[in-house]
Amino acid sequence: MKSLRTIVAAIALLGTATFDRAAAQQDAVERELEKYRQMMKADPWSNPALLDADDGEALWKKPAGPNNVSLEKCDLGKGPGVVDGAFAALPKYFADADRVMDTETRILWCREKLQGIDNSEFLKNPHPGGGARVKEVGRIATWIASKSAGMKFAAKLDHPKEVDAVEVGKVLFNRRMGPFDFACTTCHADSGKRIRLQPLPFLSKPEEAKKVVGEWPAYRVSSTHVMTMQHRVLDCFWQMRMHRVQMGSEVSNALIAYMVKTAEGGDVAAPGMKR
Amino acid sequence: MISKTKTILAAVLGVSVAATLALAQSKPAIDPARIDAMLKTAFKAAPADWAGRIEGDETMKICSATNNAPKADDAKKIEASAKASMKYPDDGKLLGDWQKGERIAQSGYGMRFTDYPAANPNGGNCYACHQMTKQEVSYGTIGPSLLEYGKIRKFTEADTKAAYEKIYNSHAVFPCSLMPRFGLNGILSIDQVKDLTALLMSPDSPVNK
Ligand code: HEC
Ligand code: HEC
Repeated sequence: MKSLRTIVAAIALLGTATFDRAAAQQDAVERELEKYRQMMKADPWSNPALLDADDGEALWKKPAGPNNVSLEKCDLGKGPGVVDGAFAALPKYFADADRVMDTETRILWCREKLQGIDNSEFLKNPHPGGGARVKEVGRIATWIASKSAGMKFAAKLDHPKEVDAVEVGKVLFNRRMGPFDFACTTCHADSGKRIRLQPLPFLSKPEEAKKVVGEWPAYRVSSTHVMTMQHRVLDCFWQMRMHRVQMGSEVSNALIAYMVKTAEGGDVAAPGMKR
Repeated sequence: MISKTKTILAAVLGVSVAATLALAQSKPAIDPARIDAMLKTAFKAAPADWAGRIEGDETMKICSATNNAPKADDAKKIEASAKASMKYPDDGKLLGDWQKGERIAQSGYGMRFTDYPAANPNGGNCYACHQMTKQEVSYGTIGPSLLEYGKIRKFTEADTKAAYEKIYNSHAVFPCSLMPRFGLNGILSIDQVKDLTALLMSPDSPVNK
């Protein structure tokens, strides 16, 4: 944990840094993160996200909701209860819901259909604030994703509704919105660009998407919690001066389908570690 | 004979062009109204007066649809409407206070859903995308470097006006620019645009040192 604290401290300093200290500290952050990633390779349990994944597994197995049943019969696309490899094949069209769903959306669906939980209260505030722990659905998603770690992204996305979701996602990715006229492409459609000192991945380019999309859900050092992909998309909409995008909405699912399609063949390395 | 062959050829070509067009049209294009409806549902938590943030104006519709590469006639239309949108200070003075301008350039505050009710004036967040002064090394690279912006332009009146207009509505000289339209969209006040113009165009500003 010492190394993690160093990164947190370095990032905190970066916020107040001026002049060339900022650049030096940015380098320090990158070096510490790289050291940390190496450490994680040697000892995967050094990633704090795995504590949440662990808890996610317990939540999956625990009877809950008005029906007092667990999620163990939830069909993530490979049949009821199959978790291994499910994340690597999502998003996917589910005939029972007649929708394309990502992991988090499918968990919400199973909570409602199997456990009888009304998600509406949860959906008002489904993501953690800085410093707070990722919420239940995110913990379960982190566990499910970890059960595909080391596999390749292989969502088929060939059903007409899946093809449609990817196309809609692409249109949304290019769509300029809000008072700042930003689109996802403002920040993610070129190589080697940055906002201030934060590097911006070129997410519509397969080589770059493959490197990063499979790392989510990820432990985000600057906010000291796990951030899921639905939360990541919300956070970018926040920068776009758009409102809270509904978790599990057609919009966020289409964007995720588009990014996963672009990252096809990339490694699933979730839960990852981000600055 | 030759002319008849030509006619037939033209007819055949015409048919095949028409067929290709029909094919292109039958390819499932995404209906814009569907996207709008989808966005309204996804952002149902937004206050009613945020509807315009989803819809966007004519310029944004063209830029989104063409991936920021508008055709020549659309580009002209965007330029013309951006020029028509310009508003200038009543007293005609375009240079404000560069020190205030530096603070506006540093600040990314404003218009995010966590910024209500507003606790600070909106910022321009210019450093997110531009290098501006040698002192500030935490700058982004989406836009070009603005180091020595005024000095390079010899602080002329015409270039001062151009800088003011760039900040007010960047599309007047660069249709579908990635840069926000700070004046038109009401992100910054006319006084704030003046302060930023001073940051770029005053000889004593750190941008020009
Ligand atoms: C104004 C700039 C901006 C816009 C617009 C923007 N993003 Fe981002 N995005 C960022 C920044 C900055 C980061 C890195 C954040 C960090 O380091 O914590 C990022 C990170 C990401 C990541 C994680 C990348 C990685 O390295 O793992 C994804 C995925 C993403 N954005 C998707 C989107 C989508 C989808 C949209 C549109 C809905 C979008 N972004 C719009 C600035 C932006
Ligand atoms: C999201 C990114 C972004 C932000 C934020 C931004 N710009 Fe820009 N800016 C650009 C891009 C891209 C260009 C180049 C295209 C163009 O000229 O429109 C540009 C161009 C310019 C130019 C013209 C440069 C030239 O070559 O003459 C000026 C001046 C300028 N910006 C000033 C500002 C100021 C001042 C702010 C803050 C109030 C600002 N910009 C904020 C992206 C941005």
